[in-house]
Amino acid sequence: MPSLKSLKTRIASVRSTQKITKAMNLVATAKLRGAQAAALAGRPFAEGAARVIGNLALNMVGPEAPKLLAGTGREQTHLLLVITSERGLCGAYNSNIVRLARRKADALLAEGKTVKLYVVGRKGRAQLVRTHGRHIVATRSLEGRKMLTFEEARTLSDDVVARFHAGEFDVAHILFARYQSALTQIPTDERLIPVRRPEVTDTARLPASIEFEPSPEAILTELLPRSVAVHVYQSLLESRASEEGARMTAMDAASRNAGEMIGRLTLTYNRTRQAAITKELIEIISGAEAL
Amino acid sequence: MAKFHLDIVTPVKRIDSGQVHMVVVPGTEGDFGVLAGHAPVLSTIRPGVIEVYREPGAEPQRIEVDGGLAEVNEAGLTILTGDLSLTD
Repeated sequence: MPSLKSLKTRIASVRSTQKITKAMNLVATAKLRGAQAAALAGRPFAEGAARVIGNLALNMVGPEAPKLLAGTGREQTHLLLVITSERGLCGAYNSNIVRLARRKADALLAEGKTVKLYVVGRKGRAQLVRTHGRHIVATRSLEGRKMLTFEEARTLSDDVVARFHAGEFDVAHILFARYQSALTQIPTDERLIPVRRPEVTDTARLPASIEFEPSPEAILTELLPRSVAVHVYQSLLESRASEEGARMTAMDAASRNAGEMIGRLTLTYNRTRQAAITKELIEIISGAEAL
Repeated sequence: MAKFHLDIVTPVKRIDSGQVHMVVVPGTEGDFGVLAGHAPVLSTIRPGVIEVYREPGAEPQRIEVDGGLAEVNEAGLTILTGDLSLTD
């Protein structure tokens, strides 16, 4: 039987843990809202860029097409850009991404392809190093950044694009958690490079009389790296939202567990106290009877 | 005076600038002014300053851009660019 004192200490410690998880839940809720708003705000740019790229890509299939759009013509080396979080306490969020990355990497390796991993986030690196350490070519940490700026995404994507032009890989995929709701985040795998050719609907078609300055090729050359950067930025925001969503859910569950634990401990505490009182009474009564 | 619609879109946000009189865009092949009814054109922008004239003869609003793309169509002028800072 634990002593009254030790029970009291346990209850106090669980209660302070619950305070922390409750606070983290609230913080995650607030951050989630911010990340969601940012992801939505970036959509018009992505749509506008996709429309222009789709239109320009229609008449560009030849060898003069930019490499970012047409690819290198080979599919030997794949780069996986894996986006994970910097901090834990967010449930299975990172494990889910890492599992997807491992499966994807193993599938590509089984086909005889070369796989390179570019890991963003401390948590994913720690997990991937164990199984696929020798495939990791670069890591990046976004630690300590409160708000994700576009600059951040731009630096990251410029690095990836530079590696592409240096011939380090043929195809790039981006692996991140798509935000569905606070409860569900879907680990997603999208092709980053070569840039996907967006479908062009009739309403989005550019007028035939349009003039290009200086040339469609030059416009694509300017727009494609931006489009890649926006893709990376959107994915980073989505995964940020997913991370906070996952943390919210995890912390909610933790607070509830702590509540249940406090209930159980309080019950034991009261019973023990009651037992001690009864024992004392019995001692007094039997002492009096003996007289 | 006829006006047209200006939209500035960045990856971070969209600034709907509303109806304007004239916009001077720093195109890669030289600055060009856009008035209402301009022919459709798609042009890259070099890093520089966009001047927005809301009224004829008014002081322009100057917007710094880091390059990007300007598209003129019947709907107006759309500028796709990166981060921008507004200087009045």
